Amino acid sequence: MLKIENLHASVEDKEILKGINLEVNAGEVHAIMGPNGSGKSTLSAVIAGKEEFEVTEGSIKLDGEDLEDVSAEERAHKGIFLSFQYPVEIPGVSVTNFIKTAINESRKARGLEDMPANKMLKLIREKSELLDIDRKFLSRSLNEGFSGGEKKRNEIFQMAMLEPKLAILDETDSGLDIDALRIVANGVNKLKSKDNAVIVITHYQRLLEYIVPDFVHVLHNGKIVKSGGKELAIELEEKGYDWLKNEAVVE
Amino acid sequence: MAYTEEELKKELETKEYEYGFYTDIESDTMPVGLNEDVVIAISKKKGEPEWMTLWRLEAFKYWKEMEEPEWANVKYEKPDFQAISYYSAPNKKPKYDSLDEVDPELLDTFKKLGISIDEQKKLAGVAVDIVMDSVSVATTFKKTLAEKGIIFCSISEAIKEHPELVKKYIGSVVPKKDNFYAALNSAVFSDGSFCYIPKGVRCPMELSTYFRINQAGTGQFERTLVIADEGSYVSYLEGCTAPSRDENQLHAAVVELIALDGAEIKYSTVQNWFPGDKEGRGGVYNFVTKRGLCEKNAKISWTQVETGSAVTWKYPSCVLKGDNSIGEFYSIAVTNNHQQADTGTKMIHLGKNTRSTIISKGISAGKSQNSYRGLVQVNSRAENARNFSQCDSLLMGNECGAHTFPYIEAKNKTAQIEHEATTSKIGEDQIFYCNQRGIDTEKAIALIVNGFSKEVLNKLPMEFAVEAQKLLEISLEGSVG
Ligand SMILES: Nc1ncnc2c1ncn2[C@@H]1O[C@H](COP(=O)(O)OP(=O)(O)OP(=O)(O)O)[C@@H](O)[C@H]1O
Ligand SMILES: [Mg+2]
Repeated sequence: MLKIENLHASVEDKEILKGINLEVNAGEVHAIMGPNGSGKSTLSAVIAGKEEFEVTEGSIKLDGEDLEDVSAEERAHKGIFLSFQYPVEIPGVSVTNFIKTAINESRKARGLEDMPANKMLKLIREKSELLDIDRKFLSRSLNEGFSGGEKKRNEIFQMAMLEPKLAILDETDSGLDIDALRIVANGVNKLKSKDNAVIVITHYQRLLEYIVPDFVHVLHNGKIVKSGGKELAIELEEKGYDWLKNEAVVE
Repeated sequence: MAYTEEELKKELETKEYEYGFYTDIESDTMPVGLNEDVVIAISKKKGEPEWMTLWRLEAFKYWKEMEEPEWANVKYEKPDFQAISYYSAPNKKPKYDSLDEVDPELLDTFKKLGISIDEQKKLAGVAVDIVMDSVSVATTFKKTLAEKGIIFCSISEAIKEHPELVKKYIGSVVPKKDNFYAALNSAVFSDGSFCYIPKGVRCPMELSTYFRINQAGTGQFERTLVIADEGSYVSYLEGCTAPSRDENQLHAAVVELIALDGAEIKYSTVQNWFPGDKEGRGGVYNFVTKRGLCEKNAKISWTQVETGSAVTWKYPSCVLKGDNSIGEFYSIAVTNNHQQADTGTKMIHLGKNTRSTIISKGISAGKSQNSYRGLVQVNSRAENARNFSQCDSLLMGNECGAHTFPYIEAKNKTAQIEHEATTSKIGEDQIFYCNQRGIDTEKAIALIVNGFSKEVLNKLPMEFAVEAQKLLEISLEGSVG
């Protein structure tokens, strides 16, 4: 599904991603871990098509198509979804209105009519129940005054509404309390299928107990320095990153 | 706040709005220039009584001695008042008994405006008195209104049919010599609307007038007079769309509202005149005087969405004369490309326990300049007056400007005046967030702008709100990328 080859990306002439290789197939869950500032969020933003970052080398392909000239909104239309580490506020725009716009814009791109209001209503009801979201919450301005956990839950609600092919969850677990973590993880699991894939970026093994990854990758200084199975996450939790940092230098 | 399925549904509804066209209708235009003879000729053409002609002439006398104001934060080439034609009426203009008699091309225009009268009759319950190039050409719902004793007609008709009301109130809130443009309007006003709501009557529908400027080079001078008698209520909508034109067009309207004891007037405007092209050529000069007078326990709310015109100079105001009266001003002003807007309000607190609220949202894009200018004045006898003002500016790009000029004059110690102001910029991160959800940049901006303007959009009647929202999108098209 997603194939990243020798990806280099920089911002303001500062190289942040320094040769990433990653292949994600349908039905798989990949976890990306790594110390602060190693480039995890940058990688997700580059996959999502943020123009601020310049891809200087390498390629990103989705279902065989090179995404180089594909804008961020077109990538979204093709089914890429990013749950932001720091979701932004849009004052005055309700969650409902926002998600409605997002869904209809994606439909428009596919040559479909707007989703009929009652169908939208049903979908909203269904997904908000799945994630245990209070209806009142949906009338509030997007992310404005939301608690950290509410923001993350709202990201996953949007993911549930949009049913993406490839979902990248950037530290969705940070800020969630224990119950919320379980609810969100269950939600993600329910939406998982053999046709879609998930990339989970996290610092903690705890989330991976719920959303069990097929692969775990460690990102350090803009490169993937180690990949393994779910045991790798447990090992990292015990040992930290230092031993890998040395490994990277050796390489 | 409860969030019902009904509200959810409402939010999910969408409606398209069409714009950008003009009608080719023959019209009967006066030669250019202005002098006493022209003033007399206008009055004569309209078959006015002598008192009205004299009233106009007096205004003209004042106007000749006045100078164009310079204090506003706008720059433009001063109109040549002798190069303007002061009257233009659609040619086929006898009063129609039914819609079938109306020029089909005109009806077509209404359809494009989304105000097909048939549709309106069914859906919205809006009576429309359409002012096309200065003469009312169609009036509907008159009967329903007449049953309640409500008068809703053109000002020309009112001058003839209801002289006692017109004589008493015209110029009572905006005197002839109030300002340069008001004086000009008083001398040459071509047409406009008149509305009277009798004591204790709640007007059962939104009254609506669509203004359009249609004839190249014709200045338009509308005159509107709304009188809400004791304990009555009316909601009045005024909206306009203008076709693209090369020349500058002058528009100097006067609107007077009178809310007698315990009455309430809600006056909503959507203004979308030609703003000029990308380089700032052409566009309408919009110099409007709007003012309302509140007697005891009365309330006047001005709500405006200003997206058009090259230069806007407009300060809908409230004179809170009666005790316990309330004035409100809710405004969204959008400027793009080379547009300039200097708009705001005046709240004059004269009575005891008077209250006023000002919410102003300015959005600037391109190379435009957007100024809020507001005055809150509390008279020495106005015990316990209260005002709350909030002025928010949203900037798009680095070449535009937002300015706020709040003036406060409090002559009574018990006054409580609060002023809040914010300036923000649409952030790259907000845009990327929307992009990531499949919303392109243009649409993202529309969404952010609508969110920013929500408090004011919410004050508009439902039908109008949808149109206004569309207008915001249209006005900011091409402002990025
Ligand atoms: N716009 C930018 N301008 C300059 N430097 C940037 C920019 N965006 C990211 N960086 C830098 O790139 C590096 C990688 O940042 P990134 O946010 O990708 O890290 P991360 O792995 O997600 O870290 P964390 O675990 O703290 O979320 C950091 O050193 C960061 O300061
Ligand atoms: Mg990060």
